Amino acid sequence: MTATALTCKNVEVDFDGFKAVNGVDLELDRGEVHFLIGPNGAGKTTLVDAITGLAKYSGSVVKDGVELRGKKVHHIARKGIGRTFQTATVFEGLTVAQNLDIAAGSGRSPWALLRRRGHLPDKVVATMDRIGLKDQADTPAGILAHGQKQWLEIGMLLVCDPDVLLLDEPIAGMGHDERETTGLLLHDIAADRAVAVVEHDMDFMRSFASRVTVLHAGAVLASGSVDEVSKDPRVQEVYLGTASAEPINDLEAVDAATS
Amino acid sequence: MNRFFETRLGAWTGFAAAALVLFGAAPLILSGFRLGLLAQFICYAIVAVGIGLAWGRGGMLTLGQGVFFGMGAYLMAMHMKMADAEFRNGAGSVPDFMELAGIRELPAYWAPFASPVFTIAAILILPTAFAVLLGLAVFKRRVKGAYFAILSQALAGAFAILLIGQQSMGGFNGLSRFRYFFGYNLADPINQRMLYFIAAGVLLVVVALALQLRRSRYGELLVAVRDAEERVRFLGYDAANIKVVAYATAALFASVAGAIFVPVVGIISPASIGIVPSIMFILGVAIGGRASLVGPVVGALAVAWAQTALSEQFPSAWTYAQGLLFIVVIALLPGGIASIPAVAKRFRKGPVTVEAAA
Repeated sequence: MTATALTCKNVEVDFDGFKAVNGVDLELDRGEVHFLIGPNGAGKTTLVDAITGLAKYSGSVVKDGVELRGKKVHHIARKGIGRTFQTATVFEGLTVAQNLDIAAGSGRSPWALLRRRGHLPDKVVATMDRIGLKDQADTPAGILAHGQKQWLEIGMLLVCDPDVLLLDEPIAGMGHDERETTGLLLHDIAADRAVAVVEHDMDFMRSFASRVTVLHAGAVLASGSVDEVSKDPRVQEVYLGTASAEPINDLEAVDAATS
Repeated sequence: MNRFFETRLGAWTGFAAAALVLFGAAPLILSGFRLGLLAQFICYAIVAVGIGLAWGRGGMLTLGQGVFFGMGAYLMAMHMKMADAEFRNGAGSVPDFMELAGIRELPAYWAPFASPVFTIAAILILPTAFAVLLGLAVFKRRVKGAYFAILSQALAGAFAILLIGQQSMGGFNGLSRFRYFFGYNLADPINQRMLYFIAAGVLLVVVALALQLRRSRYGELLVAVRDAEERVRFLGYDAANIKVVAYATAALFASVAGAIFVPVVGIISPASIGIVPSIMFILGVAIGGRASLVGPVVGALAVAWAQTALSEQFPSAWTYAQGLLFIVVIALLPGGIASIPAVAKRFRKGPVTVEAAA
């Protein structure tokens, strides 16, 4: 298994003449938590949409030598690419255990589907433990706290055992402790997988990013470690509006101002 | 109490009680005429179980179940007309309504329906296959919500209009005056009672099938598709296939209901399968509680019974009562009659239960 899990080359998404993503090259490596940052409208979520088959694009996205462009959403998912959404999307009418059981079962035969579930699969139980929702196994997902829903959504990806995880603002609305837990969980997950995180929270990014790619106006502005990226004058320009010689120490405040 | 009925033992108890009422009490209490009416209502209830599955669990507002109900009904009616003609004038003769319309030659597509086996197979397979094809065409293109509802309703309207234009299918008057049902004389009260028992038995089977589907992993998946279709797709499932199964099952139930309806009522015409009857099917399900198992059955029976009872007493009042009932349920009781226990419980205690949420 090579380090690179997913390669995007010259990806372009065109919404009726407006290029939301304009020629992005991106490599996601196993073992890394790769942050995608950038001002609002930079094309971060659209890029995730393109990779997962939701948005049409030109260019190419290759995973393990297989071109993903033109494949259906559920086929791409079965290739081992999982994603979450900006607003946690779980099955609110079903319990935590049912949510995870469904996520674990995309390869089930029709016959298995038509029968009642005898007992929960081991990996569902293990995942509930990992995301800290073991005691809530029979709680309807709809009444979970906001942060718990986001963990459940991440858990639903984990039971699928994807090779690439694309997380869209996984810590939005979480408290400080929950952020820490989530960050550590992401690194734990990334040990043998590629994890990409779309995020606005600069503190979180600085604490947990192995690599950062900055998008601006649909294109890659800079890519590298947290330090390299925050020293890049073009990044500073985007975040401050003017070029600044000083390294930026508080990107978060600036980001809040631009968004 | 609800908890009890979710266990295996509870389910059997429920079925035993229902069987006792349907096969024991009802034939004892009701006159032959009323029993016939109940058989007719049960046919609506069978359609309702399917709608409960497709709409209540799967979120597909099937406003056109009259199409599948009509297919089953007309297929059965064709066989019964053929059998009657054969009994009167020998094999291969033309049914009476065709003689009156001046049709001397039996149309080729009528001929196979002389066979009872072919007819039953057609009732089970044709509407289901049609629903699978239609469902694949619609759901693969991600047509849903109001667009799907309008499409299915338009289909019911078109199907009724198509039949009105077909003289060899009875046209506007439809098919009626049946004498025999697989060799049994329909004028005999004992055979009428047998038809009631068939309807009641099929209802129990259909409810049992729906129960199994609900409790299976497929049932959970169907609810998941209803609540967050994109999420299901991103987990690697083809959501369209999941919906097609529920849609086709609902079509099968409606077709079987139509096939029983014909010998019970003695007539099938475009007026019984078009847009208005299709909406009536939905109405019963909405009033009973679309997401529950027995809600659609209770709602369909209650609405049909109320319609008959009220129009016997006040012929013009039913339409208003129906409208009022619909408004009251939608406004005050969105979960239908089936949600009354949960709502009452919430009034007393406060917390929302899993059943109420699902």
